[in-house]
Amino acid sequence: MNLTTEYLGMPLANPIVVGAGPLSDDLDTVRRLEDAGAAAIVLRSLFEEQIVREEMSEFVHLDGHGDSFGEAASFFPSPRSFALGPHQYLEHLRKVKHAVGIPVIGSLNGSRPEGWLEYARLIAEAGANALELNLYRLSADPNLDAAAIERRSLETVMAVRESITIPVAVKLSPFYTAFAHMAREFDRAYVDALVLFNRFYQPDIDVEALTATRSLHLSDASELRLRLHWIAILSGRVRASLAVTGGVHEAVDVIKATMAGAHVTQMVSALLQRGPNHIRVVLEDLARWLTEHEWESLSALRGNMSFEKVPDPDAYERANYMLMLQSWKDVSWR
Amino acid sequence: MIEGRTITVDGNEAAASVAHRLSEVIAIYPITPSSPMGELADEWSAHGRPNIWGAVPEVVEMQSEGGAAGAVHGALQAGALATTFTASQGLLLMLPNMFKIAGELTPFTMHVAARTIATHALSIFGDHSDVMACRSTGFAMLSSASVQEAHDFAAIAHAATLESRVPFLHFFDGFRTSHEVSKIEMLDDDDLRALVSGDRIAEHRRRALTPDHPVIRGTAQNPDTFFQAREAANLHYHACIAIVRRTMAAFASRTGRRYDLFEYVGHPEAERVLVIMGSGAETAHETIERLSRRGERVGLVKVRLYRPFDLESFVRILPKTVRAIAVMDRTKEPGAVGEPLYLDVRAALDEARDQRCSELAVAPVVVGGRYGLSSKEFTPSMVAAVLENLTQEHPRNHFTVGIVDDVTHTSLRYDTAFDEEDDDVTTAVFYGLGSDGTVGANKNSIKIIGEETQRHVQGYFVYDSKKAGATTVSHLRTSPRPIRSAYLIPKPRFVACHQFEFLDRLDVLERAADGAVFLLNAPYPPDEVWDRLPLEVQRQIIDKHIRVYAIDASTVAKRVGMGSRINTIMQTCFFAISGVLPKAEAIAQIKHAIEKTYSKRGVEVVRRNFEAVDATVAELHEIPVPPTVTAERGRPPLVSSEAPDFVQRMTAVLMAGKGDLLPVSAFPVDGTWPLGTARWEKRNLAVEIPVWDPAVCIQCNQCALVCPHAAIRAKVYDPAALGGAPPTFKAVPYKGLEFKGRQYTIQVAPEDCTGCTLCVEVCPAKDRTNPRHKAIDMHPQAPLRQTERDNYAFFVDLPETTRLELAKIDHRTSQLLEPLFEYSGACAGCGETPYLKLLTQLFGDRALIANATGCSSIYGGNLPTTPYSTNREGLGPAWSNSLFEDNAEFGLGLRLAVDHHTHLARTLVASLRASIGDGLADRVLDADVSSEEGIHSQREHVRALMHALTHVDLPEARRLEAVAEYLVPKSVWLVGGDGWAYDIGYGGLDHVLASGRNVNILVLDTEVYSNTGGQQSKATPAGAVAKFASAGKTTPKKDLGLLANMYGHVYVARIAFGAKMPQTVQALLEAEAYPGTSLVIAYSHCIAHGYDMAQGASQQKLAVESGVWPLYRFDPRRSAKGEPPMQLDYGPPKPLAAEYMRNESRFRVVERADPDRFKAFLKTAQDAAQRRYGLYEQLAGIRVPLEETTGARGKDDAPAARERQS
Repeated sequence: MNLTTEYLGMPLANPIVVGAGPLSDDLDTVRRLEDAGAAAIVLRSLFEEQIVREEMSEFVHLDGHGDSFGEAASFFPSPRSFALGPHQYLEHLRKVKHAVGIPVIGSLNGSRPEGWLEYARLIAEAGANALELNLYRLSADPNLDAAAIERRSLETVMAVRESITIPVAVKLSPFYTAFAHMAREFDRAYVDALVLFNRFYQPDIDVEALTATRSLHLSDASELRLRLHWIAILSGRVRASLAVTGGVHEAVDVIKATMAGAHVTQMVSALLQRGPNHIRVVLEDLARWLTEHEWESLSALRGNMSFEKVPDPDAYERANYMLMLQSWKDVSWR
Repeated sequence: MIEGRTITVDGNEAAASVAHRLSEVIAIYPITPSSPMGELADEWSAHGRPNIWGAVPEVVEMQSEGGAAGAVHGALQAGALATTFTASQGLLLMLPNMFKIAGELTPFTMHVAARTIATHALSIFGDHSDVMACRSTGFAMLSSASVQEAHDFAAIAHAATLESRVPFLHFFDGFRTSHEVSKIEMLDDDDLRALVSGDRIAEHRRRALTPDHPVIRGTAQNPDTFFQAREAANLHYHACIAIVRRTMAAFASRTGRRYDLFEYVGHPEAERVLVIMGSGAETAHETIERLSRRGERVGLVKVRLYRPFDLESFVRILPKTVRAIAVMDRTKEPGAVGEPLYLDVRAALDEARDQRCSELAVAPVVVGGRYGLSSKEFTPSMVAAVLENLTQEHPRNHFTVGIVDDVTHTSLRYDTAFDEEDDDVTTAVFYGLGSDGTVGANKNSIKIIGEETQRHVQGYFVYDSKKAGATTVSHLRTSPRPIRSAYLIPKPRFVACHQFEFLDRLDVLERAADGAVFLLNAPYPPDEVWDRLPLEVQRQIIDKHIRVYAIDASTVAKRVGMGSRINTIMQTCFFAISGVLPKAEAIAQIKHAIEKTYSKRGVEVVRRNFEAVDATVAELHEIPVPPTVTAERGRPPLVSSEAPDFVQRMTAVLMAGKGDLLPVSAFPVDGTWPLGTARWEKRNLAVEIPVWDPAVCIQCNQCALVCPHAAIRAKVYDPAALGGAPPTFKAVPYKGLEFKGRQYTIQVAPEDCTGCTLCVEVCPAKDRTNPRHKAIDMHPQAPLRQTERDNYAFFVDLPETTRLELAKIDHRTSQLLEPLFEYSGACAGCGETPYLKLLTQLFGDRALIANATGCSSIYGGNLPTTPYSTNREGLGPAWSNSLFEDNAEFGLGLRLAVDHHTHLARTLVASLRASIGDGLADRVLDADVSSEEGIHSQREHVRALMHALTHVDLPEARRLEAVAEYLVPKSVWLVGGDGWAYDIGYGGLDHVLASGRNVNILVLDTEVYSNTGGQQSKATPAGAVAKFASAGKTTPKKDLGLLANMYGHVYVARIAFGAKMPQTVQALLEAEAYPGTSLVIAYSHCIAHGYDMAQGASQQKLAVESGVWPLYRFDPRRSAKGEPPMQLDYGPPKPLAAEYMRNESRFRVVERADPDRFKAFLKTAQDAAQRRYGLYEQLAGIRVPLEETTGARGKDDAPAARERQS
């Protein structure tokens, strides 16, 4: 079965891309992912803010005590080599590139305009086949209006786009008032792909300790719906290729995403739960399903359920949402 | 002549640079002020820097200086070129090997940053008492007087030792030279190659011990042979003198820098001559030149090669006109006819006369004097005074200079009028806080000026003895000529004060020259600055015509995200005002230096520092100076008027930085000082202090337990005691049943708190409606200072709870007891001091503490103020520090004496039974002192006994009076860090463990040599980065507890107060109660772990939960009850090691540099934790047969006691 697709201007053997997450941290796992059939791999995001925090924290806690006491000018050996900032990330990227033949996509979450540009350039120079810009940011500042946030995001993306030559994807959150408009604006900024959607880390509350607890919960298939919805709306309306991330666990999820118009589907949670070999299972199921349903290739069904082609486009409209809700209520009361 | 490349380095680096390049094996052990030499050597080797023969020297850190000397001895015998670095007591530990190395005629050079030997007190500063103790070893002794010479003479020594086979001790003055930053001409590898003979190295190799050409060396000899054999080496010593001279000549022809065994400076027909060696010679050189220019017939002989002492050269170099000679020794030899150099000079002159090789016109008068002990200043005025003394018909001999000796009247008078600097010398003095980066910035500035201008530069840095809130004073000179001023800047033309608060406690403008520039970091707008200055400062500014510049550096630093680091900002101000370099060039150079210094810390660090530089100039303002003083506020007194007389007379003077003014008569003759002085030093370090909310508080007292400075305390007291309480004093009913009806208060000492926030972090009590608000939150100190000061004063006067009143002592109730260790100079958030404070709460009124040298001896016993204190009855810990290496033995000695006194007292009570009455005698002798009640009763009995004895007119009664207090049991504690217990003192510790005697050993385990700057110890865990383990230590932490367990009769506990407070208290109580040897190993977080100390307690928790740090108690007494002696106080390890390790930079930097290596370390840590738990769990299941557990010997069955009883 022909599962090939094209994403970020790159031909891929199939639509399964390993999404940004801890799976790419270990070289052996990366090799196993490739062996299992992953078409490309996105590295864990490089968070500029985290790097900055760590740098400043070390500056304060290691250098801060230096030259303060007669018996010790320092309390640490001087660093052996340049091992801070993005160094470790870039080094890892190089190693992953060396370890596998599939495309390796860097991922970046910057905090300052200069940081985005600088790190994007470094990731490109380190050999990434493409770069995914992770626009993950909580807009908790009440003084900052939506327009300003959107403008800043666009400016950042445009600046990065201009500064590097490798393809650029933008990973977005669904929380824009006018998401379709935003998606089009990013598309006009010549990004090569839109990745829907970022998953926010949602804190929990420990009612005994009265603390907010941070824990990562893995996605499940229910999260796919939101992605399908928006992919379907965007499919055919934007130039950029489309990726689904969040809720892709089985072959059927891949089929749905592709029908909605996705070029690739990113998997993380399912692989964390079931291991790299799950890709092989999904690909086999996918091929079997396509064969059984007499599709000649995966690309043949791409977008057939998009907003433009779906027989019942109202299903993607808000008005219909109300109906769905009511029908669900009806069911529950019976 | 070859014009060398110049570098700006300190004396340690200057010497180490040569030593590393000329060595193959380097064995070292850290000791101030020589530690940087070993650290640099290690760093260079770790980075693969080769010696001049292309091989990377092998650097090994040993367990002691004795070990380092042994290791180099072995390396030398096996034909390697070896070196070591040391000072002071460390050098003394090398003495036995030095005799051997010299006796075997082994080419070897050691480099010594000469430091005071501890006598009545320890001192880390410089003098020649250590090297003078090596005179009889057979080492040649070569003295450097400056940073350039430390570099040059290092090379000369390494070359000459190979030629002569006489080993060399190359020394320079600790701190004054070792830590002085100066621009020097660097010897390149070719220079060194040209000096060192390949043939001689080959000969050294041929003498190596090898089974291919076997010899035997180090035999034992008898009366028939030893003496002659000892004389057989004489020719080598005779030859050594010529070899050094030849080497110096070769050196001169290559570098242009000319040296000789003795060098003369001054008037060619001098009548008065000074003889001196070390950095004092530089000051003397400068002074003599100035005096000679004035036509005074004075001269100076600098001693370079002190051993072998070349009589002929010495006599020949003296001007024939000399009539009087003053020989200056930087050491003291009590009881000797004179100090060593003085005696040598006198003997040399006498012998020269006998041998008729002297051409002097008259036999000169020779006097000797002492100067500069422990880095005491030695200034041109003092040199002038010494020369003035020589104008007398009978010059004072055995004089001192630099102090006022009003007891034995040895001191020469001097005034400071001579302490002038030439106009073209730039002088600047900077007052900073240790944590604000002032010294680092000034080191950078000196390098910039040194490298970017033709001027010579000098930087010297003075530190106080505190770790938290330390004051630093930087002295910077630049000059068109080489700088020989080996003394502090007497009249700076630029003064910077980097902390506004200093103006209230330090006289920063005292020395400022007329017309000086004053740069002040002031947290006020420019138009408010003048009015904020204390009256005294305003007056000085007006009187001395000082120009004032101010910047609110702290605000700028905060704005650019630099926290409290104002170094870059103040450095930029210095360059902007001083005009040492054109402003634009200076800024470019500062940025270059920032990049060089911080690029390894990351781009953001560099960026923010750049931003700080750019933001500075616009914020710097000149402050107009009105013609008259406007301030109404004067500088507040340094100590309260309520302080005892001794504190007013002595301590306050030391605190003001004017200790130099105190005369000899002011001092105790034997180094004995009163307790409780820290309470009078109000340092006001905290920007924010904890504020208590009684409504939220659950009265758990955890805040008090973790406070490293005893600055937050809890009390319960009778409500009646609240009469007269200040209006803002907080009190609530006590919640516990044991003191029903009483009031309870948590009170902060606002001026003693360091603001570390450990207490807030551990506080478990949250306001349920607003959990961000806890029972204690941090609030700005300044607005609270006055009210909380009053509240604290009231709190302190409230009655104390005694142990007798506590039904049970645990982690909560223990904090109701008065700490007798308070406000130490330890780091903010220190992980060691909470244990010591707790120890004094539990046993302080009857404790003797033997404290190994290290952090705990410095914050525990470094003047001017010390933290151990007494209770209202005047009882408190008696504390002493012997050495680093012998603390266990020292503490055992305390125990032996106590046991002796107790036994004697009991014997005398028995023998005086008839006089004091059977009842009292029985009560005293039969008292059960195993409980607090028993101890209390025994105190009463002893009081009655003392009273009864006043009526007994027998010699035994007087003897008993002297020892009767020992009838109340004493608690002997041996305290120290892991450097002591795991490494240098382990032999002694092991012996004391084996002894079974009733001592309690508390190891404050920071897993690294904290005091000397983070060198690895055997307590350092695998995977942690430390000096000498810069890629992460590869071998595991030594399990000291397990080793002690194996004795079977030792009480052993591992504790971590942040993880389990009840276990900590319980272990200390059990250890003390155990009638044999106890070992308690206490997890102590430390700044050398590289994270925010406020998280210390939570890190301890992670350490325990992950199994990295086990908690257990091994109590041999349990065997008697049929129980296993080992009890685990922690559960199976959870998978938290990664979290624990990633929180600390010491582990995290490995991950960033080499993630795979980190992963391996992590696995090692996890596996080790599991394995250890498994092993301990099995041990915890072992019941030991009763008869095997009787090894513990209490005071009553100590061998001496048993012998007497039998």
